[in-house]
Amino acid sequence: MIWNDEFETLPREAIQSLQLKRLQQTLQRVNATVPLYKRKFNEAKVTPEQIRSLEDMQRLPFTLKQDMRDTYPYGMFAVPLEQIVRIHASSGTTGKPTVVGYTRRDIETWTELMARSFVAAGAHKGDVIHNAYGYGLFTGGLGAHYGAEKIGASVIPMSGGNTKKQIMIMQDFGSSVLTCTPSYCLFLAEAAREEGLDIRDFKLRVGIHGAEPWSEQMRNEIEENLGIKAIDIYGLSEILGPGVGIECIEAQTGLHIWEDHFIPEIINPETGEVLPPGERGELVITTITKEGIPLIRYRTRDITRLIPEPCICGRTHVRLERMSGRSDDMLIIRGVNVFPSQIESVLFNIEGVEPHYQLIVERDGNLDTLEVQVEVNEKTFSDEIKVLQDLGNRIRKDIKDLLGVTCKVRLVEPRSIARSEGKAKRVIDNRQSD
Amino acid sequence: MKVAQISIFIENKTGRLAEVSRVLGDAGVNIRALSLADTSDFGILRLIVDQTDKAKEVLKKEGFTVSKTEVIAVEVPDRPKGLYSILDILDKGKVNVEYMYAFVERCGENAVIIFRFDDVDAAIKVLTENSVQVLPGDRIYGI
Repeated sequence: MIWNDEFETLPREAIQSLQLKRLQQTLQRVNATVPLYKRKFNEAKVTPEQIRSLEDMQRLPFTLKQDMRDTYPYGMFAVPLEQIVRIHASSGTTGKPTVVGYTRRDIETWTELMARSFVAAGAHKGDVIHNAYGYGLFTGGLGAHYGAEKIGASVIPMSGGNTKKQIMIMQDFGSSVLTCTPSYCLFLAEAAREEGLDIRDFKLRVGIHGAEPWSEQMRNEIEENLGIKAIDIYGLSEILGPGVGIECIEAQTGLHIWEDHFIPEIINPETGEVLPPGERGELVITTITKEGIPLIRYRTRDITRLIPEPCICGRTHVRLERMSGRSDDMLIIRGVNVFPSQIESVLFNIEGVEPHYQLIVERDGNLDTLEVQVEVNEKTFSDEIKVLQDLGNRIRKDIKDLLGVTCKVRLVEPRSIARSEGKAKRVIDNRQSD
Repeated sequence: MKVAQISIFIENKTGRLAEVSRVLGDAGVNIRALSLADTSDFGILRLIVDQTDKAKEVLKKEGFTVSKTEVIAVEVPDRPKGLYSILDILDKGKVNVEYMYAFVERCGENAVIIFRFDDVDAAIKVLTENSVQVLPGDRIYGI
């Protein structure tokens, strides 16, 4: 099923000419209304008029998260505050949060794109959508909520946390679609089992998961443990919130990014150069319809590649490969680039090992050390020391073979790694303090 | 002939052993014999208790990883070369011992040693053929 047949299946040439027209309008607008962009364009010696094709975009300067911090709170707004009808903010783990404002039309756009996303994920009118993304300053809850209402589904505004109640309501209300982070999804399944319940017996059919990177193996784990189809959704509050891109249930391979509203580019995160089609690098997004905060070439820090091949679902919008990590989550251990998601894949490939792990990075003298903590469970536990040591050695060897980095593996008791109700905290890097 | 033993995964950090014994104590489970095998990061606590299933259940409920294993309890003469006489029989019978530990209490005049073999049935056969007293679970849980 396709929500907006006309726009979602627009021929490529039509998408590109629409993108160029909308890009040019956006550039004119930000040049006139956002002092930061006027200055950036001056510094890069480029004017909106010089952008005559999509290739010309490469001349435009990037926008960084730091730019949003520097202009905190309202400096990036391209419209007067009285035209802003909603303000969200991203969790400011370091210092001040990042603030985003939406005009009435931005909210309509967001609602439309979330409606498209729900339908692409296989949701429809008549579904009971259990929305366990946090409501509040975080964009997840409200973003998903509006789109779910738009398609005519019945929305349960659960928000995050209160796991026992989540399970009770999911069972009693007959939730058929679940939206939450992938790690929380597994946490729910585990908590249900402890109550003697099996989510596979519930009416749940589809899970829509995002807000943190996850692997294909984790998808299998979710699909198996909850008896659902698990769909990857992509979004970030600076650009819109959830609904920037989504997998279609037909292919479950790559996330369609709504190209009539965004222009994606893939760059080398070190040099800023645009990479040839199909190569993996950092995703950069330009918004071309946003009014509140239009962003030009925003560096998302997410690592992915574009999948240009046509999709079996009929949508013509390009797909992003599943995010393989964030360029700022990337750990550099003794000069080797390591993404937590790579360690996760290694663990998933070992029979019986569960996806509960944590990476501890320390500095011992001048040497970085990586410790991988993995929970022991009934399947991996043995009465014999050597079997457990073999398990540790196997994990260490697989990580070494795949990532080229030596680590220490520490087996820990079950449930000793904190379960997060929001985003999983996979990395504890103790090197920053020295 | 076999005796049920429970094994518990324990991280090397303070209070974990105390926690196991508290959980068992609260459930009214009495420990009959124990052994702790440890590495730098973790240990395996092996216990023989008077109520195996109950012990396993309460420990699991408290979040411990627990498994049940079969071991053999052997009566060993409590005198010099007593243990050797048994190990010699096992050696000649080509039975490999995974690990072993001694029981705290005696059984009459004899000491009791708990053995874990990779092939339990072969071990029982070798021992009984050589007239070594293998103690049944019921005797052990109640010592």
